[in-house]
Amino acid sequence: MKQVVRVASGQGFWGDWLEAPRRQVEGGPVDYLMLDYLAEVTMSILQKQKERDPRMGYARDFLGAIESVLPAIVDRGVRVIANAGGVNPVACAEAVRALAASRGAGGKVKIGVVTGDDLLPRIDDLIASGHPLVHMETGEPLATVRDRVLSANAYIGSTPIVEALGRDAQVVITGRSTDTALTMAPLRHEFGWAPDDWDRLAAGIIAGHIIECGAQCSGGNCLIDWRDIPDLANVGYPIVSGNPDGTFEIYKHPNTGGRISVPTVTEQLVYEMGDPHAYITPDVVADFTSIKLEQTGPDRVRVFGIRGTPSTDKLKVSIAYRAGFKAVGTLVYAWPDALEKAQLADRVLRERLDRLGLRFDKVMTEFVGVSATHGPLAGKASSDIPEVQLRFGVRGEDKATVERFTREIAPLVLNGPPSVTGFAGGRPKVEEIVAYWPALIDKTQVQTAVEVIS
Amino acid sequence: MKVRLVDIAHARSGDKGDTANVGVIALRPEWYPVLVRELTERRVADHFAGVITGDVQRYELPNLSALNFLLYGALDGGGTLSLKTDAQGKVFSTALLRLVIDVPDSEARTLGLPAA
Repeated sequence: MKQVVRVASGQGFWGDWLEAPRRQVEGGPVDYLMLDYLAEVTMSILQKQKERDPRMGYARDFLGAIESVLPAIVDRGVRVIANAGGVNPVACAEAVRALAASRGAGGKVKIGVVTGDDLLPRIDDLIASGHPLVHMETGEPLATVRDRVLSANAYIGSTPIVEALGRDAQVVITGRSTDTALTMAPLRHEFGWAPDDWDRLAAGIIAGHIIECGAQCSGGNCLIDWRDIPDLANVGYPIVSGNPDGTFEIYKHPNTGGRISVPTVTEQLVYEMGDPHAYITPDVVADFTSIKLEQTGPDRVRVFGIRGTPSTDKLKVSIAYRAGFKAVGTLVYAWPDALEKAQLADRVLRERLDRLGLRFDKVMTEFVGVSATHGPLAGKASSDIPEVQLRFGVRGEDKATVERFTREIAPLVLNGPPSVTGFAGGRPKVEEIVAYWPALIDKTQVQTAVEVIS
Repeated sequence: MKVRLVDIAHARSGDKGDTANVGVIALRPEWYPVLVRELTERRVADHFAGVITGDVQRYELPNLSALNFLLYGALDGGGTLSLKTDAQGKVFSTALLRLVIDVPDSEARTLGLPAA
């Protein structure tokens, strides 16, 4: 058994730094590269792409990432684990296989594919057989929006990934597996942690939580001492160095920028946290109040003391549904009296929408530069403020009504308050809203499967 | 003595649906008890009056010298529904750090808390 396993984070979300995966495998020795592509609404975007073309529905960026790290996979045995499969992990695996073949690595890369998270084809059966998939926040049953559902995927845990690794897959592609499982699975695989070794599984989950947002634990988006964080242009992404006993260190490659310290890791630990005593995952319930951190060297933090408790008998389900339309328009007003001008424009616009008889579920005005981020907490604006951006948004069920709103922004340039600019982007775009519906389902209803191809 | 939270703590925030979470971390472990005492659910709810529509829930993480606040009804429906610039609650962190607390002069001196 290895005594140390290194899992590098190369992607914190779909859209993260394209350079990061290659830098992680070239900057120093690592055993695994973990790439997280999925956020709450990503699945629905991918589902729409799959509807247009049945060969799509996965994170296309992943192909570029694989291409950039292919030598490391083939020559040095670095293994890659990614939830890039989205709603079509099989097509994603096929694309990776074709890519490897076209780069002269045909037959040299074993690809593991995890399926079984997609519940969309079974939604009606599930509802009919007593699984109402009620919204976790509102308590409403899914039946109320059934005809607008676009995708439904159970969050799955580490077990099928561990199985794929056990069958020698060098690249493991999943659909909606949890972000944290991507890091925990290789530790569990290498160290042979039992499925009820709650403390160690919890440690693996917390290691995953720390690195799942990429550089957000190594100096990126870091508030403490932000001015002094060195060389962000060359920021190093985090790596977990795991031990069989469940302790681990977070570090980054030498000669990279950023910072790994107790405070930078702590900022990431509290990110998107609910009840810290019970961080619920498919594998284990982790206790964030048990975590101990210690700086063990420059850009090196040891994490230990972690406790976990048995997992629940439910899985979370990520459902996406069509929820109307929205549009946001902006105009910029300049000194003098920039805020007053923007406020008058807001009143004029609202009166015009009213006279047109346009009704929306929500109309929202923000004054960027004054109150858009902190609202009334920001206090009174300086009367001398150089400019203010009026940001005006509407949301409603009817597309034509939202469309009509988008025609009311540009006229304000000539028929509203003065000193206005910043409308070069043209008319605001109408966006269909795909909203998120979190629900729970009995674990027994979800069966995952693993296929290994080469 | 008035003490600005931004001088004694750092923070990060994020979203879960329509709920924003703000983790507030004491810059020195010995300042953590001051946060626990002053940053009550009530105090934070008052601070965010007019900004959020729901309640505030607080959790303590003494191991990290941190408090975690859940702010319900913070994001105009959250995620893709929201019309807000900060639809994902990324800057509720510094909004909370705008808070100014009152600490007895003697305690502030003992703990070395910076005056506002």
